[in-house]
Amino acid sequence: MSDTADTKQMAYIAAQAADARVNLEIETEGMTLNIGPQHPATHGTLRIVVRLDGEQVISADPLMGYMHRGYEKLTEVRTYPQVTTLVNRIDWLGSFANEVPFILAAEQLMEVEAPPRAQWIRTALFEMSRIANVVLFLGDMGVQLGAVTPVFFAFRDREFILNQIEAVTGGRFHPNFDRIGGLKDDLPKGWIDETRGVLKRIRNFCDEIETLVVGNEIFQSRTRNIGVIPADIGLSYGLSGANIRSSGVDWDIRRDGGVGLVHNELDWKVWTHPDGDSFARFWVRLQEVRESCTMIEQILDGIPSGPVMAKVPRIIKVPAGEAYVETENPLGVMGYYVISKGDLTPFRVKIRSASFNNVSITPWLLKGVYVPDVISILASLYFILGDIDR
Amino acid sequence: MIQLSSHEETTEEEIEIPKRDDIREDLISKLKDDLGESLVATEIIAEVDVWARVTKEAWLETAQILLTRYNMKYFNFLSAIDWLPSPFGRDMDAQVDQPEPVTPEEMTWGTTGGETRFQLLARVHDPENHLGISLKVDLEDTDLSIESWSSIYPGADWHEREVSEMFGITFLNHPNPVKLYLPGDFEGYPMRKDFALLARRIKPWPGIVDVEDMPGEESEEDEVDA
Amino acid sequence: MSVVLADLAYWQETTIRLLVGLIAVLLPAGTLVYLFLFKMMSFMQSRLGPMEAGPYGSLQLLAEVGKFLQKEDILPKAADRLIFKLAPFVVLISTFLLILVIPAGPDLWFIDVDTGIFLGLAVSSISVIGILMAGWASSSKYSLLGALRATGQLIAYELPMVLAVVGVIIQAGTLNVQEIVMAQATGEIFGFGGIGNPYVITQFVGFLIFLIAVQAELTQPPFDMPVAESELVTGYLTEYSGLRFLMFFIGEFATAAIFSALAATLFLGGWYVPGLEPTDNLFNVIGPIVLLGKMLLVAFFIFWFRFTYPRFREDQLQQLAWKVLIPLSLVNIVITGVLKVVF
Repeated sequence: MSDTADTKQMAYIAAQAADARVNLEIETEGMTLNIGPQHPATHGTLRIVVRLDGEQVISADPLMGYMHRGYEKLTEVRTYPQVTTLVNRIDWLGSFANEVPFILAAEQLMEVEAPPRAQWIRTALFEMSRIANVVLFLGDMGVQLGAVTPVFFAFRDREFILNQIEAVTGGRFHPNFDRIGGLKDDLPKGWIDETRGVLKRIRNFCDEIETLVVGNEIFQSRTRNIGVIPADIGLSYGLSGANIRSSGVDWDIRRDGGVGLVHNELDWKVWTHPDGDSFARFWVRLQEVRESCTMIEQILDGIPSGPVMAKVPRIIKVPAGEAYVETENPLGVMGYYVISKGDLTPFRVKIRSASFNNVSITPWLLKGVYVPDVISILASLYFILGDIDR
Repeated sequence: MIQLSSHEETTEEEIEIPKRDDIREDLISKLKDDLGESLVATEIIAEVDVWARVTKEAWLETAQILLTRYNMKYFNFLSAIDWLPSPFGRDMDAQVDQPEPVTPEEMTWGTTGGETRFQLLARVHDPENHLGISLKVDLEDTDLSIESWSSIYPGADWHEREVSEMFGITFLNHPNPVKLYLPGDFEGYPMRKDFALLARRIKPWPGIVDVEDMPGEESEEDEVDA
Repeated sequence: MSVVLADLAYWQETTIRLLVGLIAVLLPAGTLVYLFLFKMMSFMQSRLGPMEAGPYGSLQLLAEVGKFLQKEDILPKAADRLIFKLAPFVVLISTFLLILVIPAGPDLWFIDVDTGIFLGLAVSSISVIGILMAGWASSSKYSLLGALRATGQLIAYELPMVLAVVGVIIQAGTLNVQEIVMAQATGEIFGFGGIGNPYVITQFVGFLIFLIAVQAELTQPPFDMPVAESELVTGYLTEYSGLRFLMFFIGEFATAAIFSALAATLFLGGWYVPGLEPTDNLFNVIGPIVLLGKMLLVAFFIFWFRFTYPRFREDQLQQLAWKVLIPLSLVNIVITGVLKVVF
């Protein structure tokens, strides 16, 4: 190599070393690969620094904060009704579900309860946002594994669910519809029948995914026994939702001690899978979408009549106290620890988001896997970056 | 795979005795036996939740006991609370354009009380009996450090990193004590109450005035207590 | 073609050959992109695909090329400039050389050598060098990983491909592609010569192995690890933009077209359709069209798999090649050899 090329190369190495916090180029063993922050597979701006030996991961270190919006700080300067606008943006695929636990926590502190009709509609919208969220996962998992077709089906059918959510709330992505003491509005006319048709579509979509993806041999060989999470490890990392149920833990807050929603009055089933691998996580989510359809159908049949809003003061002041309410959101357990000092704004809100805990297992989980499996495992854990960074 | 008992038993028990909460009271009385003096205060809201405040020395031990004896396998979250009333007073919740000098309010504490400005808040859960407990611990201003839970609950790792950068609390024996969200050279602890929310200082939030009269309704208590 | 061109001067002949070659590479490639990548994929995914440029979006391809030509040509700072610029040409050269061996009619061929199929399979491997050059010169880790994957993959799948062709060679008794077509045209299956003897019937296993190997050679899903968007951004293509990317793109689809044509030639009877004498002069006119039709049929399968399957992992890919395809093709050769001797 000529002298000039040599100096060029050295300058490049120096620049790289200065640029990256964790990146040391001059090592001869292994290779550091930056997956993200801009990478097609990290849906958002998660950055994972992996040390590679060939294609095998020696260590993986997720770095985030590229999208941290400081919601916990911001809630301290917003009034209670304004907070829902913020938390809508945490898990942006199932936005309505984000509002529910916060509203429930505020209701618990104020000791008001939404009227039955509001609770039923709330549950319906809650499950619809689950469908809107998880349907995209079912398609996206294919993309992460290299099959481009399922995601188009997912977008196609998700559109109808979004339309139904929009018909009620006026917002496709960020409904901001839940109110302390009830809901902003009642259902529009004809919505119930339309929704039945949409649910039929979603069921068709689930069948399509079952034949197109779940039944595919390559999909199975890519996901079976990959990224196995034993139940105890999963629990100690605080994994929740389908991630922990696919490890065989039969625990779903909707059934076990959920407040404010009417899941206990419906006939449905909590799905678990004993394997704890990527395939199990996909399979459990698929069943959960079907279960959500069953739930919504029952809700549509049984919505009681009555008002959708309880009597609450115009300007909401929440009495002093502390409350922690969690719900089974699309991504897992989402909870709000609300501390009130009797003011217009919360004193402190701790947002316990599902993806934060779900992703915290990755350094343990990704050790020793191959690069393609890094992607499939991350996809199967299913996180939304807004839910990690908050 | 864990064998989990069915949930129906617990609900039935709860329904039988409406206003008392035997399971939670049982938990607290057992905890008192196990922790003794270290358990500073407890509080139960029947059918809703249970809190316990422990001493700093017993923090690690509490986690160990909860995990091994009470089957609290599920790590829910760990965070901190800064009980200092905001020194920026009203300009934090807007309404006035010019921040007036505020006389600092007195510090008050929430459930289970407290003695110091900073409290650590954590929650663990029993996934089989569906029972969760919120734990608190006081941290002296002069010594903002505490044993890390990450040896007992590996999931506490990231939560402690977050608390450490946001509140400036040091965790002893933490396996990877680096910042989680913030850049490495960031100064200050954003979640502390005396860390100004700059966006709000520069441009006040119109905020509370968005309560407008609905057409055809009479204006009721429009003024917000100033 | 050589018959047609016999009376022309060398430079005239060369010019015509070049033009015909260009058309033979670009036309099928464009057809594949429009028919399969734009339209079939869209219909499979319940959408319409390009509709605006021209009737049913048929001019979309031109628009795309125009777009690529306008893009800034970005050269990474740390790239090995010469090799970086050279790499797309090496890939294209392999494609253009490959078209040489495929005959499109009894008198329509670029070269007629006795080791034609051998030459074809040999030049098809040149593209590996181009990919390796691209991956190394980009000075990007994604590119490097992609190039190494491509190399491992192409070497692993070259072998079953060659072995699958060996069955055809044994049956035809020649390495000359034109003679292989003739052998299919004039052959008979157990005494029945009505449709000739397209080797897809007697060499069905070989045909399957060849198709799978072609899929891997083209780095298309389920074997697209070298470009794996969700893992390696776009593998060895990551740092390429504008015209150079377009060249890789053309190379990819032109190679797909030519491999499909090769498969059609070796297994489906090439330019021949049953019912006519293979020496009929008519084939010099309809031969290319017949070949194009058969090529589209094979390409349809290739692209069908492409849009349906998820991709393998690198080690699974190697296992499939070494543990399944190669033993299978060896068995195929043995059986073919035995049957050849018996009958």
